[in-house]
Amino acid sequence: MTMCNSCQQDAEEKYAELKKVLTKYHNDPESLIVALHEAQLIFGYLPRDVQIHIAEALNVPISEVYGVVTFYSLFSTVPKGRNKITVCMGTACYVKGAGDILEALKENLKIDVGETTEDGVFTLESARCVGACSLAPVVMVNGEVHSEFTAQDIPELIRGYRAAQDPAEKRSDLH
Amino acid sequence: MGQKEYLKNQQREVLQNCGLINPENIREYIARDGYQAMGRVLTSCQPQDVIEQIKKSGLRGRGGGGFPTGRKWEYAARAVNEDKYIICNGDEGDPGAFMDRSVMEGDPHAVLEGMVIAGYAIGAHRGYIYVRAEYPVAVERMELAIKQARELGLVGKNIFSSGFDFDIEVRLGAGAFVCGEETAMLNSIAGKRGEPRPRPPFPAVAGLFHKPTVINNVETLANVGRIFLKGPEYFAGIGTEKSKGTKVFALAGKINNTGLIEVPMGVTLRSIIFDIGGGIQKGRKFKAVLIGGPSGGCIPEDHLDAPIDYDSLLKLGAMMGSGGLIVMDESDCMVDIAKFFLEFTQDESCGKCTPCRVGTKRMHEILQRITIGEGKEEDISLLKRLAEDIRKSSLCGLGQTAPNPVLSTLRFFEEEYLAHIRDKHCPAGVCSRLVRFEIIPEKCTACSICARICPVEAISGEPKKPPYFIHQGICIKCGACQAKCPFSAIAKI
Repeated sequence: MTMCNSCQQDAEEKYAELKKVLTKYHNDPESLIVALHEAQLIFGYLPRDVQIHIAEALNVPISEVYGVVTFYSLFSTVPKGRNKITVCMGTACYVKGAGDILEALKENLKIDVGETTEDGVFTLESARCVGACSLAPVVMVNGEVHSEFTAQDIPELIRGYRAAQDPAEKRSDLH
Repeated sequence: MGQKEYLKNQQREVLQNCGLINPENIREYIARDGYQAMGRVLTSCQPQDVIEQIKKSGLRGRGGGGFPTGRKWEYAARAVNEDKYIICNGDEGDPGAFMDRSVMEGDPHAVLEGMVIAGYAIGAHRGYIYVRAEYPVAVERMELAIKQARELGLVGKNIFSSGFDFDIEVRLGAGAFVCGEETAMLNSIAGKRGEPRPRPPFPAVAGLFHKPTVINNVETLANVGRIFLKGPEYFAGIGTEKSKGTKVFALAGKINNTGLIEVPMGVTLRSIIFDIGGGIQKGRKFKAVLIGGPSGGCIPEDHLDAPIDYDSLLKLGAMMGSGGLIVMDESDCMVDIAKFFLEFTQDESCGKCTPCRVGTKRMHEILQRITIGEGKEEDISLLKRLAEDIRKSSLCGLGQTAPNPVLSTLRFFEEEYLAHIRDKHCPAGVCSRLVRFEIIPEKCTACSICARICPVEAISGEPKKPPYFIHQGICIKCGACQAKCPFSAIAKI
């Protein structure tokens, strides 16, 4: 795949940042999870190439790195949307109708849990429990808590985040 | 509801500072006698005395099992090794529990103080706080607290000129419930997959990096400073004979007052739910309270007067767990809840041992079957047998306790299972395949809205000639008609 100049530059910057992170953890297998967290912050996800870089720097077999990445649910090997919608499926939210909210979101966004919309604007996720049980049911968007949420609130929520999408930013992300 | 009733039955010990001090300013903690206990312990107590005092207080682990903290420390103190570790378990993964989060966010220094004292008692010089990555504020506050404590010399080298060194570091989880299990957590802190390993050897003998390690829960550690400040006798004076002190619970579900509460051990669930919690929402009828999350069980009305302590909860087939209390009313289906928890444990099973990996999957399939009306009478005995096998043969706590929600709901609500199986009916009206929508003739005005909204044309009738009729054989139970009927003329049975 060929990349346009600005993306090429973007990727180079990200790898330079990763390199900086990895010098902290050189030959330190115990820091694997910390390193993966930091790498995911830079790239948004953990592509194969990034995993190889980490494996080499920390002196851990790539198979083990992959094993750890796939074990923990917060690590992702596929790119995520710019807005992460997380439906809390903890018990308190569940008994207050979180299941219906999740279904309605799936229908509205036309994606399944863990997937990203085609335009890359939303990723839909479900969480075990975000620890905001007294505000149940809870939906989080990019870490911001929307409490006592109902399926009726969905269209407005989606519209709000779509509208906030800056057209210039949208163009640079089209790859 | 008056504020007075809400607070009357509570006793704030662990939560004494939460919400009152600025957690990002160490001086506010110090102003509330913070680090005083640690100073006294480090400068005037022998490690053995520290353990004796904790034993005397009767403190037991607040993370679930209720193991006596003093004994845990004693085992690790006896182990001979230059390197030992203290781990604070802040991987509060039980859905419906947020006690540890509130302590870490609201009073982080109490946790640090407890850790330093624990380190001094067992001869450790390094501690880790394992926090789940889903709690970013807790991570931030703990890190800031460590930094501030280090600046004042309360963490680090030669604390209080006692010659005792202790440093603390935060380690992040990455979204795996099983990491709350202590041996899995040890692997995760070391940067590996969070899979548990067999015990023995216990972590107190061979834990983190194979060195003696004490793993205590956030709330347990937050109690430690206070025990030394007010004396073990004060602490032992609260609670019941075998469960001392207070316990923080997270009240959630169909209850009027949700939130964190702290009560002396031994109060009844009835008092928590009806006095502090203000009763059930919308005037509905109480059905059961879930305690202990996916490892615990449910307690029905008949047993609400049992005192809450470790032992009486175990007798009822539930467990203290970390302290999540989820109240359910008559509109909640117990089979559905059991299925919900099984789905959770099955998904979170690390896959290392077969009973847990495969067993929970099979149990979930059976429950799935029951909730869609394909259950068989023998499913109940099959569930019980599977549950017993999984409990006995799983490697770690996750698997061993995974069947609890099923066993517990079967114990108290077997007739609800039977209604699903025999009558193909969900009494609570939750399992959508097992409910019926019917038109209430007296209310129907034959406006025809329901017939038009029905996606499968299951409703027929003549306009202006009530009532309309739902053909049960065609109905897909989507509920669209009920939601749209302007006269509330459609009932879910």
